Amino acid sequence: MCGIAGIIHKGKSTNVGGEMQKMLQSLKHRGPDSTGYALYGNGESNNYILRFKVGENVKEGSSAVMEDESVYQERVEQVNSKISTSGATLHKEEQITPYSYRYVISYDGDLLDLAKQIESVEMTEILSLGKSLELIKDIGDASVVAEQYELGDFAGTHGIGHTRMATESGVDIRSAHPYWAYPFSDVSVVHNGQLTNYWNNRRALEKKGMRFMSTCDSELIAVYLADKIRNGIELEEAMRGSLDDLDGVFTYLVATKDKLGMAKDHMAAKPMVLYESDDLVALASEEVAIRTVLPEEIDTYDPYEGEVKVWQA
Amino acid sequence: MASIKKHKSTEMGLHDEVLTGRTQQVFFNPEETENFFYHDAHKVDFNKRTEIDANNLECIDINRKINELMAKGYGTIVIKNPGSKHSIGVGILNKLNLIIEGSLGYFGIGSVDGPVVRISGRVGWSCAENMMAGKVVVEKNAGSCFGAAIRGGDLICKGSVGARSGIDMKGGTIIVGGDAGAFTGFMMQRGRIVILGDVGPNLGDSLYDGTIFVGGSIKSLGADAVEAELTDLDIAWLKRKIKVSEIDKKIDYKKITKIVSGKKLWNYDNLEPTERKGAI
Repeated sequence: MCGIAGIIHKGKSTNVGGEMQKMLQSLKHRGPDSTGYALYGNGESNNYILRFKVGENVKEGSSAVMEDESVYQERVEQVNSKISTSGATLHKEEQITPYSYRYVISYDGDLLDLAKQIESVEMTEILSLGKSLELIKDIGDASVVAEQYELGDFAGTHGIGHTRMATESGVDIRSAHPYWAYPFSDVSVVHNGQLTNYWNNRRALEKKGMRFMSTCDSELIAVYLADKIRNGIELEEAMRGSLDDLDGVFTYLVATKDKLGMAKDHMAAKPMVLYESDDLVALASEEVAIRTVLPEEIDTYDPYEGEVKVWQA
Repeated sequence: MASIKKHKSTEMGLHDEVLTGRTQQVFFNPEETENFFYHDAHKVDFNKRTEIDANNLECIDINRKINELMAKGYGTIVIKNPGSKHSIGVGILNKLNLIIEGSLGYFGIGSVDGPVVRISGRVGWSCAENMMAGKVVVEKNAGSCFGAAIRGGDLICKGSVGARSGIDMKGGTIIVGGDAGAFTGFMMQRGRIVILGDVGPNLGDSLYDGTIFVGGSIKSLGADAVEAELTDLDIAWLKRKIKVSEIDKKIDYKKITKIVSGKKLWNYDNLEPTERKGAI
């Protein structure tokens, strides 16, 4: 089933981490396996924020392979070496969990080259690489993940998130949403639905050199959009194209450094409730999620089939 | 906007369908009514009024409270602060004035038989699913699958509704003051749908029977849905129903489009209700 949610404040920064936590926690019944956040903060002096993992969460319920934690440190050292040899400078290094890290780096080169270098280290996956995006995902509900990664006070303009019920791939971090639109900084995607032409599209994109880290069909949307953006197509136009190119039933949210968008398939088979005011836009699979941040009576509506909308922060 | 093909509906006999179903046809002999009763159906007094503050209650607690109050004879119940919670007001099997001050989540007012429900806010997916009789009025918008599989009663949304309104509908009336999404009336079997605004693609896809009236534009018709002639009887019925629905909108009744089944996909036996009765 899965639940998705997003919020964007127009022209102001708020506690978007706390807001997303409340929204996603209220959607736990739609997906209890894992929770993910793509939060857009105030940045780190124009440096890149790199979120990556060097292993999986192997707690009860995970389908990941158990590893000795000692390998994580070896991998991190290799990542540090790759960053250095790529010409990037590491300014800040934080270990969040035994397998998950947050770095602040400065880098002037091609992000694709840097990303390839880092991900050449075994079991290492970049979750996000951007100037305002911080992508966090792990096993557990929204509160568990927010507490683990200290997201309750995260300040920013907008965010999207996902509660996942694993149906077609494992219960692990790599199959959790959101997905970063590798290798474009600050682009992330969450999705509720099922894509039925996943493999055809995946093979075509892989032939173009695009990279997939999981077998989750939702990752296809992020990679699809990344490919379009790479070819100079504007985000909104790429989203409109996805409605024809992607088969199946889906509603997805996409966020960039200063925008949040939504797209709904031609049959409107997956839910999305939308609230818009002069100050903010909030959307979620169920209105009950929006009401956690806007408890008063509000006017909401369901976007129609084939609708694409994009809002500016 | 795709243009709709004109069909000679009169010759085809498509405009004279007979509405049946629980609200239109008596299936049970009055002498047998004593053998036909619902558990948890209560005799209530509409003059006995009370309130429930749903703010800190789960949906199961709200529904339990409604049932307890009906058992005590309360006939008018006001629910405050519903907070868009799911499945509120389901399974009410007797007459009741239920007033919801706010919005409901998914599956609100499902499987009811008899209450009159007024919702001041919005409703989520599948409002009044499986309703058998009664009246539900939604003041604002509604999500998808509005009135899914209803068998009778009047379901009114003064705003706009999502996709698949009236899906698998088996009787009753749905009236929408605003627009409706894709697949409205999908696999509809009986009853009537009135959309006063515009309608999305695949209207009436695979409908077996029943009638859909549209006041605005139609993006496209679904498989086996055809336009039929709007009769004076239709207009008289529409005027009466829309008046009862309290929708304050200026309507040019002659411009309403009537959609029925082309019956090319039809595999439905008119005698089936009679046969079913015999089997009981």
